[in-house]
Amino acid sequence: MTIGQILFNLFALFTLVMAAGVVLNKNAVNAALCLLLCLVGVAGLFVGLNAYLLAFLLLLVYAGAIVALFLFIVMLLDTRGDARPTLNRLPLVARILATGLILGGVASFLQRGRLVSPDIAGTVGVGAALKPYAYQLFTTYLLPVQILGFLLLIAMLGVIVLSKKFVGMEDIK
Amino acid sequence: MVEFYLQLHPVIQGLLKGLAVILVIFPIGGACSMAERKVSAWIQGRPGPNRASVPWISWIPFLGTFLQRLGIFHVMADGGKMLFKEDALPGHVNKFYFILAPIVAMIPALTTVTTVPFGAYLDEAGRVIPLALANVDIGLLAIFAVSSLGVYSLILAGWASNSKYPFLGGVRASAQLISYELSMTLSVVPLFLWVNEPGREATLGLGRVVEFQSQPGFMGGMWFLFIMPVSAFIFLTSLFAETNRQPFDMPESESDLVGGFHTEYGAFKWGLFFVAEYAHMVIGSAVFTLLFLGGWNPLPWVSLADMATWVHLADQPILLGVLSIGIFLGKVLAMIFFFMWVRWTVPRFRYDQVMEIGWKKLLPLAIANLLAYAIGIAIIQK
Repeated sequence: MTIGQILFNLFALFTLVMAAGVVLNKNAVNAALCLLLCLVGVAGLFVGLNAYLLAFLLLLVYAGAIVALFLFIVMLLDTRGDARPTLNRLPLVARILATGLILGGVASFLQRGRLVSPDIAGTVGVGAALKPYAYQLFTTYLLPVQILGFLLLIAMLGVIVLSKKFVGMEDIK
Repeated sequence: MVEFYLQLHPVIQGLLKGLAVILVIFPIGGACSMAERKVSAWIQGRPGPNRASVPWISWIPFLGTFLQRLGIFHVMADGGKMLFKEDALPGHVNKFYFILAPIVAMIPALTTVTTVPFGAYLDEAGRVIPLALANVDIGLLAIFAVSSLGVYSLILAGWASNSKYPFLGGVRASAQLISYELSMTLSVVPLFLWVNEPGREATLGLGRVVEFQSQPGFMGGMWFLFIMPVSAFIFLTSLFAETNRQPFDMPESESDLVGGFHTEYGAFKWGLFFVAEYAHMVIGSAVFTLLFLGGWNPLPWVSLADMATWVHLADQPILLGVLSIGIFLGKVLAMIFFFMWVRWTVPRFRYDQVMEIGWKKLLPLAIANLLAYAIGIAIIQK
């Protein structure tokens, strides 16, 4: 095994352990920090796959901002963070759904979980990848990007409507 | 010496280079804390720290007294105090995160240095080769990504301290740093639109930005500060907010939060927070210098290559490299002085004002700026 492969395996193991930590931790702050380290591990995996752009975008957006917001919310709502509903109280439907999803995921992974690795010589460098990436976003994947943007906009509007007290602004309501 | 260095394993070479840069950044951080005391004193019209002295050095005529007046020895006195003071650990804190927070503060501050080019030299063909630990194409994105992790030290410190004022500081930090990151990222997009002309390989590298600012001709040699003043203003304002400098130092804000996130910290852990803050300032100033102030070019319209022919250093890569690093460090230090100057000039904002400036003023301004330049660049570059 080369150093690259060893590092890749280490990062994979690290990511899995941290992902388990997110689920198993009772303390919400610990769980959020495990999520952060899990994301750092995934970024490491991306670097191992020469996908530097993805790695840094993941760090910038998810590790740098989203998990910080998670922590912000956890700290605002419940500083202790150890009171969470036990698994027994989950409704039956949710349990069946979750089991089905996990089984489906594992089955699809077993069936077609093989990635055809691209020709290494044919892949472009980091900087050269920026332009095609952006080009793809604005041509082939324009519709999904727009739909996602719209979804985020709706979510934002929903948050404003739900959280804001429209006192003295009956005309807006 | 050079041969011995070149025959080392690349990993060890990298470690040595990293260590060298850290050895420069860390003392600059310490010296900045001293400079801050002295600059604040000058601005407020008082002498500032001028008493500490080391016997043998202060006996030198003129130079000794000059150094003592300058307060140089207070750096050592402060450092020594921080190292040997009792490092009390309050009983009510979450010990693991309490100790982790100052460490987490240092890591992003020192990691971002790797992708900042800090000088250049000319090779045999006369091309300008930037000096950097890791010359990555993704440059600025890497710096933004890693430095955005710095917020966790503030959040963790605030949360682990388990008392009210630090907690408020941590909550403020998490909201403020994320708010200003948006404007900061948007403000530099027009610059990279301009730099990545059609037909070129796309890059986010900082070396390329400097190269672009050192072309011949009136427009070619112009620094981005003059081409994109609005971007520079937004970037600088966000930089103040991201580095927790006054007037944006909400997370510590002594007048209403005692000490904010570091209220419960003392001795060396407290010192680490400060060195990290100054290291962030050094790196932020370095990035601002590279983006808007022409990097290692001595003056606008005078590139390093021009200067090399004037002073006959074009065939001396090492001397020219040292000279370019000197020019670059000079600009960075001037920027740090500017940071301090603003700190002692502009009063601190209120927290709601910070949020309003970030979301209602800077962000729309950044988006409008981006749109205007995008249209302009599309027309100019066709």
